[in-house]
Amino acid sequence: MTTVVALLIVGPLVAAMVSLWFRDHGFLRDVVTVGSLSVLTGLAALLLASVEQNGPVVLRVGGWDPELGVVLVADLFAALILLVALITILMVEIYAIGQRRTKWGADPRVAGPILLVLTAGVSLAILTGDLFTLFVAFELILVSSYVLLTHQGRHEQIRSGMTYVVMNLLASTLFLLGVAYVYAATGTVNMALLAERIPELGSGVQLGIGVWFLVVFGTKAAVFPLFSWLPDSYPTAPTTITAVFAGLLTKIGVYALIRFQTLTGMEDLGPLILLVAGMTMLVGVAGALAQDDVKRILSFHIVSQIGYMLMGLGLFSVAGIAGAILFLIHQIPIKTVLFLVGGLIEEESGTSALDRVGGLAARKPIIALLFALPALSLAGLPPFSGFVAKLALVDAGVAGGATAIVVVALVGSALTLLSMAKIWLGVFWGTPVAATAGGSDEPPTAPDGHGLRLMFGATGIVVGVTLAIAVLAGPLWDMSERAAEDLVDPTNYVGEVLG
Amino acid sequence: MSLALVFAVGGLVGIGTYLITARSLSRILLGFSLLGHAAVLALLASGGPAGDAPLADQTTPQAEANPLPQALSLTAIVISFGLTLFLLALARRQHVLTGDDLVEDDLEDRRIAGEAAEEHR
Repeated sequence: MTTVVALLIVGPLVAAMVSLWFRDHGFLRDVVTVGSLSVLTGLAALLLASVEQNGPVVLRVGGWDPELGVVLVADLFAALILLVALITILMVEIYAIGQRRTKWGADPRVAGPILLVLTAGVSLAILTGDLFTLFVAFELILVSSYVLLTHQGRHEQIRSGMTYVVMNLLASTLFLLGVAYVYAATGTVNMALLAERIPELGSGVQLGIGVWFLVVFGTKAAVFPLFSWLPDSYPTAPTTITAVFAGLLTKIGVYALIRFQTLTGMEDLGPLILLVAGMTMLVGVAGALAQDDVKRILSFHIVSQIGYMLMGLGLFSVAGIAGAILFLIHQIPIKTVLFLVGGLIEEESGTSALDRVGGLAARKPIIALLFALPALSLAGLPPFSGFVAKLALVDAGVAGGATAIVVVALVGSALTLLSMAKIWLGVFWGTPVAATAGGSDEPPTAPDGHGLRLMFGATGIVVGVTLAIAVLAGPLWDMSERAAEDLVDPTNYVGEVLG
Repeated sequence: MSLALVFAVGGLVGIGTYLITARSLSRILLGFSLLGHAAVLALLASGGPAGDAPLADQTTPQAEANPLPQALSLTAIVISFGLTLFLLALARRQHVLTGDDLVEDDLEDRRIAGEAAEEHR
């Protein structure tokens, strides 16, 4: 199994090189990207099955001692998130292949290979067992995201790309300084060793480290008040790129936050995290209500939903963290698919501005259906996956005696439903508006039937995944709970890594 | 940790922070270079007192400097070098598009804020 762990990181990088080599041979390039992503998804499923049966897989890269070398650790939490992430990336790539001929499509010569580099970064960030490799993984993800965001070189993209790059560079620099502080305080960057050594430090130093990394990972995860870069930059990228960003980037930040704060036992930060969580939910959803463009509304929802995961973490109980994990699993495909549907709306009507689209439910009922299912799930209505995940969180909140955050979470859900209704009214009901009413927008260059089939197919499959999460909620909850137990009490993790 | 290094890190962070608050991307770029240097210096300083070059057979483990932060620093330097280049490319593209390299406001955001102010009146 250690080979599989290594392949999950090396594989996408090699595939990226090969597909870059074939970048001008459309068919070969697509075969390489889709083929490699399919194989990786299969490997991730294999890894999850093995971890579920036999416990964590630990790979010491190059055989070095954990104190000096890089350690890759696949525990249940990592394997679960990795599988969901890879399925999502694969579907987005298929959608991107369908969309490439239109003006909203990403340039396939760039998007395919760079998406694979991003995949390698995501795998590394999820599987790494030390803080410095986590920094490298973040850089890998961010550098590919910079390229994906700005590769078309349009004015709007360069403008928002600047804010995005500067914000993330700042967070990366803080990350590096944080690594230096941690190394100075403990003499290691290995997370298992940190789990042993950080609790031995003075409480002031512990608190400093905890807050420092809350800021670092919080910026990546776009929590209040560090989110302002997100709704500005995400909507300007091509749909497929935004979909990947929405589904994965901020979630990797949350993943790192959960991993670090639980391993190092930062229970003292609980109230602060809960406060940040509540503010993130409310400010995010309030921002969404003010917008009138589908992609911008959805971008603010990314922010708002991050609050729910933080809520689970802030409770620092097994139930809370299990809820956060389940929510994370539910959010990755949901956010992605909503943006994919946003792309279909754009493709169909030439714009994603609410006041210029209308009556799409009558013209394209299938798009309406593909939007309605994940939208209701995002708001947390039964019987969808969002309901299961939110129920788990609310349950944990009540059990943990944190009534205030539970109330905020429920208010946030209601407002989410309201803003989803706003999209529904603007896009799917009402009178159809002629595509030319927008004025400056060029008429869309419609993809051929084959491309459209791929786009609808990929979107449909991700919707299917979100429904499957609701159906499989029982086993997934069991796994989340077991993963959370290992996170709350890291002795098992530490033993596996150092043992 | 040597006091001189601490002051160097502090000074670099101060100047770097001042520079990244500028509007022009070329200043921001200089700011990030300085911040990156500060982070690398901090990383080096976190490795403990200076010593001999950590080469096998040339020194004793007691006398050599801690090699791990040096390895980490090297990685960080390479990454920040690449990112500096990317920022330069971004500044260049902005220059081609608009004739300067200033970071602009989010127009949509400003429009919605303007609408809200309008309603308030």
